[in-house]
Amino acid sequence: MKEVVKLKNITKKYQAKNGEIEALSNISFGVKEGEFVSIIGPSGCGKSTLLSIIAGLEEKTSGEIEIDGGLGYMLQKDSLLEWRTIYNNILFGLEVRKQKNAENEKYVDELLKKYNLYEFKDKYPNQLSGGMRQRAALIRTLAIKPKILLLDEAFSALDYQTRIMVTNDIFNILRKENMTALIVTHDISEAISMSDRIVVLSSRPAVVKNIHTIDFEIPNRTPINCRESPKFSKYFDTIWKELDVHE
Amino acid sequence: MNEVNISEDRKKYLKKIKRNKIAIFCTRLIIVVVFIVGWELLADAGIIDSFITSKPSEIVKTFMNLSSNDLLLHLQVTCTETIIGFLLGTILGVLIAIILWWSKFLSKVSEPFLVVLNSLPKVALGPVIIIWVGAGMPAIIVMALAISLIVTVLEILNGFINTDSELIKMAKTFNANKFQILTKIVIPANISTFFNSLKVNVGLSLVGVISGEFLVSKAGLGYLIVYGGQVFQLDLVMTGVIILAIVAAIMYQTIVICEKIVMKKMSGRK
Repeated sequence: MKEVVKLKNITKKYQAKNGEIEALSNISFGVKEGEFVSIIGPSGCGKSTLLSIIAGLEEKTSGEIEIDGGLGYMLQKDSLLEWRTIYNNILFGLEVRKQKNAENEKYVDELLKKYNLYEFKDKYPNQLSGGMRQRAALIRTLAIKPKILLLDEAFSALDYQTRIMVTNDIFNILRKENMTALIVTHDISEAISMSDRIVVLSSRPAVVKNIHTIDFEIPNRTPINCRESPKFSKYFDTIWKELDVHE
Repeated sequence: MNEVNISEDRKKYLKKIKRNKIAIFCTRLIIVVVFIVGWELLADAGIIDSFITSKPSEIVKTFMNLSSNDLLLHLQVTCTETIIGFLLGTILGVLIAIILWWSKFLSKVSEPFLVVLNSLPKVALGPVIIIWVGAGMPAIIVMALAISLIVTVLEILNGFINTDSELIKMAKTFNANKFQILTKIVIPANISTFFNSLKVNVGLSLVGVISGEFLVSKAGLGYLIVYGGQVFQLDLVMTGVIILAIVAAIMYQTIVICEKIVMKKMSGRK
C-alpha cells in the first residue's frame, strides 16, 4: 500500500522573548492508505502541534511533508455554531470552500440519513446530546470528502461512557468511508482500541520513541471487541512503560 | 411541555412564581403612586415649596398644553438628534472595531489614544465642537457621537477579540479566509455584545444630545430644561425631565425587543 502521509525530519522551534523552545525534533513516519495511526505522548509534548503542522495551520521550522489526498480535521470540541441549525452547521465547510452545490448537498443528506441525524437536521446544537453533536461535527468534516482525517483529542471532551460509544461509532464510520486516520490522543486505551499502529513520542523536545504495530487477529475488529483480547493489556503495559513519567 | 400532566407540586411552584411576579409589580406601582401622591399633598399643604419643586398636577397641566409651549417640537428635535447620533455612533463604532480587529498593528497603535479619549470627559470638547462645526444641530450630533463612539469601539472590539478561539480554529481547518472568519464566526458570535453596546449607546447618545443642547441650541428638551430653569418655571423643567425619562425608556425597550427577535431567529429556543 502506498503512503498517503509522509513526514520527514519535522522540526518545530518556537521563538519567545525569553528564548527558543524546541517542541518537535526530527519527527519522521508515514501513514499508509486506509491505515489508522495514533500519536501518543506525555501531555505538552507537541502532539497537537504536529497535527496542526500537517494540516497547514502552523508553520514548521524544517523538514518535509508529503500529503496525498484531501485532509479533514476534527478538534477536541465539536465547535458547532450555536446560531446555525445542525444542517447549516454541517454545510459550513462546503460553504467556506465555495463547494455548496446540489450534488454535495445530496451527499450530506445521505450522510445524515446513514448516521441517524437526518431527523435532527433542523434542530440547533443546544438541543442535541454530546455524542450527537460529535457525530454532526464528523459529518461536517466528511462533507468535504476528505481522504485523510486528522483527529485531535477528538473525544476527550465527552464523558467516559459516551466516549466509548462515540469512538466505536466514529471508527465504524471511518472504516465504512474507507478513510485514513491520524489520531492524536493522550489516552493509551483509546489509541490501542482504534489504531493499526501507534507512534509514541517522548517529552519535549519530542522525538519518535517507538512505533508499535497493533494486531489483535480478530476479524471485524471494533474498538469495543478488541478490549476483550488478552493482547490489549499487553500492549497497554508496553506503552505505559514507554510513557513512564519517572524515567 | 405537556399541559395536561401537570403535577400538584408543579402547579404550586408555578403559582408561587406568578405570585412573586405580581408582588414585585404591585410594590413598584405602590412606590410610584405614593411618591406622586405624597409630592402633590405635601406641595398642597405647603410643607414643600412648589415654586422650587413644582408638583404633579402642574406637570400634568404643562403636559396637556403641549401645543402652547411647543413641547412636541422640542421632543421631535431631541429625538431626531439622538437617533442620528446613536446610528452614527453604532455604525462608525462597529466599522472602526472591525478595522482594529483586522489589523493587530493598528489596534496596538491606537490603544493608548483610545484609552485617553475614553477617560476624557467629552463635554469639555463642547466649545471646540461648536467652533468647528457651528452652533446648532450638527454640533449636538457631534457631541452625542463623541460621547458614544469610543465606548462602542472598545466594547465591540473587546467582544471580537474574545471570540472563542476554538470556533476560529474550526473555521481555519476548512481553510476559511479572514473575511469569512469575520462574517461567519466573529460577527454572529458577538450579537449579544452588539446589543449590549446598543443599550449603553442609547443612554450615552441622550447624554450627548442633552449636554449639547445645554451648551448651544434653540430647541430640544435640553434647551427646554435650561430655559425653564433660567425663568424659574420648574413645571417646565420637571415636564422636560419626565418626557426625557419616557423617551429613554422607549428607546431602550425598542432595543430589547429587537434583541429578542434576533436571538429567537438565530437559535431555536434561547
